[in-house]
Amino acid sequence: MTAQEVRLCGLLLQEHFGDVVENVGTHLIRNGVLTLRALAHETKLALDLVKKSLCVLVQHGMCTFGPGRRGPAGPVEYHINCEHILHMLRYPRYIYTAKSLYGDTGELIVEEILQRGQMTMSSTVKTVADRLTHNMPEGQSMDYNEVVSAFSRLVETHFLQRCPPMASAESSGTGSAETPPAVTQPSNPESHPDCYKLPYISLSGHGKRRRSSEDGEADQRAAKKAKTDSSECGDEGIHWQVNFERFHLHFRDQAIISAVSCKLDQTSGEIVRTMLRMSEVTTSANAAFTQALSANEIFRALPSNYNIARPILDQYLTLLVDDPMEFVGKAGDSGGGMFVVNLHRALANLARATLESVVQERFGSRSARIFRLLLRKRHLEQKQVEDFAMIPAKEAKEMLYTLLSENLVQLQEIPKTPDHAPSRTFYLYAVNQLPTARLLLQHCYKTVGNLIERRLYETKENKRLLEKSQRIEAILASLQATGAEATQLTEVEEMITAPERQQLESLRHHINKLDSGENQVDETIFLLESYINSTQASR
Amino acid sequence: MSRGRGRNQFTFNVDALGFGRGDSLPTTTHTPSPLFPPMQFQPVPLHTGEEVEYMLALKQELRASSKNLPFHIRAARTKRDVSRYSDKYQTGEPKNNTIEWSPDWSRLPKELCIKVRKPQKTITGTKQQLKQRPKVAASKEDILQKLETLEKEEVHSEEEEDEGKKKKQNDDEEEEPEVEEDYDEEELEDETDYIASYFDNGEDFGGDSDDNMDEAVY
Repeated sequence: MTAQEVRLCGLLLQEHFGDVVENVGTHLIRNGVLTLRALAHETKLALDLVKKSLCVLVQHGMCTFGPGRRGPAGPVEYHINCEHILHMLRYPRYIYTAKSLYGDTGELIVEEILQRGQMTMSSTVKTVADRLTHNMPEGQSMDYNEVVSAFSRLVETHFLQRCPPMASAESSGTGSAETPPAVTQPSNPESHPDCYKLPYISLSGHGKRRRSSEDGEADQRAAKKAKTDSSECGDEGIHWQVNFERFHLHFRDQAIISAVSCKLDQTSGEIVRTMLRMSEVTTSANAAFTQALSANEIFRALPSNYNIARPILDQYLTLLVDDPMEFVGKAGDSGGGMFVVNLHRALANLARATLESVVQERFGSRSARIFRLLLRKRHLEQKQVEDFAMIPAKEAKEMLYTLLSENLVQLQEIPKTPDHAPSRTFYLYAVNQLPTARLLLQHCYKTVGNLIERRLYETKENKRLLEKSQRIEAILASLQATGAEATQLTEVEEMITAPERQQLESLRHHINKLDSGENQVDETIFLLESYINSTQASR
Repeated sequence: MSRGRGRNQFTFNVDALGFGRGDSLPTTTHTPSPLFPPMQFQPVPLHTGEEVEYMLALKQELRASSKNLPFHIRAARTKRDVSRYSDKYQTGEPKNNTIEWSPDWSRLPKELCIKVRKPQKTITGTKQQLKQRPKVAASKEDILQKLETLEKEEVHSEEEEDEGKKKKQNDDEEEEPEVEEDYDEEELEDETDYIASYFDNGEDFGGDSDDNMDEAVY
């Protein structure tokens, strides 16, 4: 784990789970694997607090445990999963995708499961139905069956998966204090054959509308009874979690389609979308390209509102194949031409476009020209760079050295003589895409960390003002609920002066900008991470 | 004419440096570079649009709601020297280190098992409190402990924290499932305001007055 990743993980844990979990998590990341005792000793926290934090982390899938170095008889060791923590940045994107694919019900299901880590199907259905009922007008309520059908669709398309079952070790003796801890080993979720099988649950009913607090006690008693009922739903022990990989595949496809639409046109984007949709189930997650599809199949599978003629489709496919971005490749001639989508190459090109854009925005378009030149031509001497880029020598030198000092360009020395005399050595400049992508990814992590810290600082500076405005809002809400006159309301509103109001407004604007910035940097992080993972997978 | 062999020559091509022989070197810096140096190129503005706004709202909502979930762990406040009046009203922080949600313990290693904290009742819980006393007395074996507990209950009968304390005591002395059963049973009993042990059915009332007939009875 790099220093920036550790810092970002710490900030994310602190934001969602508080300081205690952040402390525990950061120590686990820094030290690799730790046992419970060692962790308590390192963090100097109470043992109960450490246990609670570990429960939270394991519940959310961010921490795994296993038998330690001393085998099953020794203490359990905990190992943290950093990627899962970094995925917390992307939660809004997952939820929005679920909303666009499966509507409000899907959105709420994914949101509930993301916030709670793992949930059983019945509890998810009940909670989501209650939430939807709460937003519906009086008298209507959400039927459980609709929520169940949305849940089933999510499972069928693999967006949700079962949590891997624990292979429990035999525990000798019951009730004695010396029982060895039952070390259960979680396995890869995909290796379980029932990973996407829906359990049969007997659940029928409607969402309950949450009453106001006057009925608090009756509600609590009802809630207690409901809790004892939930054990009879039939899906005890089957927990569901969000399948991040599937969401990532979906984002990758979206990126490719939007790139094609931007570069060529809408119709080409639709053709690529059709090809990707057809090969969803047949392509594995790490495949370099999709299964070959014939032009006939593509023609049949195009959506009906896109009635383009067959020869036009062929022209589009030829255009796509000839495009230098190499999104689509031709794999044969049978069936009117066999075509594949080159996934890894598409990712590499998208990453390259990102790198070029970064250089352009930070150093200007001429530096970007030098960068692109070096990307294409591999190794060039300084004189050749000046000539090919058509930039005057002095400026080219300056730009090259700036890029070199930022580590975006590397310098390779090739001596002509054994004594490495400078006048008799070639100095070649080059850009390597993969290390540069890794460097930029670390920059992105650092950026998000900086954005979060700045947001925390801004919030802390104006804490007094924020608390005051929250109190006033609460007073206003309670006054309105009890039906107060307009004069009273305006009186309360005037408790915030105009300059304070302005300050609040600008604070809100800043925080929105910082949050929005985090979301946008996360898109770049996703692209670079996908590219780096795809090159590692193909090795 | 060269004075010494190779003494007056540079070993590399001077033009490559970017300045000639006679030019002055760039000035030295006296201070560290500024913290926020002026940028040569302004950054591109952020994306806008419905999608972006929606995700922004989602993000802020998630952040706010995650603070209210039981997964947000706050360290229990250490006991200060004197118990203050305001402690009664600041119930936001947990007083002990039980866990506030019940995970599936079969999926976690046994060593992480902590007592699950029951959700606290509201003020109306005093009814259950009064009912609980005879039950608590009946199940204890040690008389001293019984007296102690009753005494504590008398003193703290107004505070809601009692619920937690009694549960904790129960948990410490009995095993957890038993206490849960007790609790449930009490819930299902009739809710009356009358405590069985306080009820005095008046059988010994008339017996005492036989001895002192000459004293006036008021």
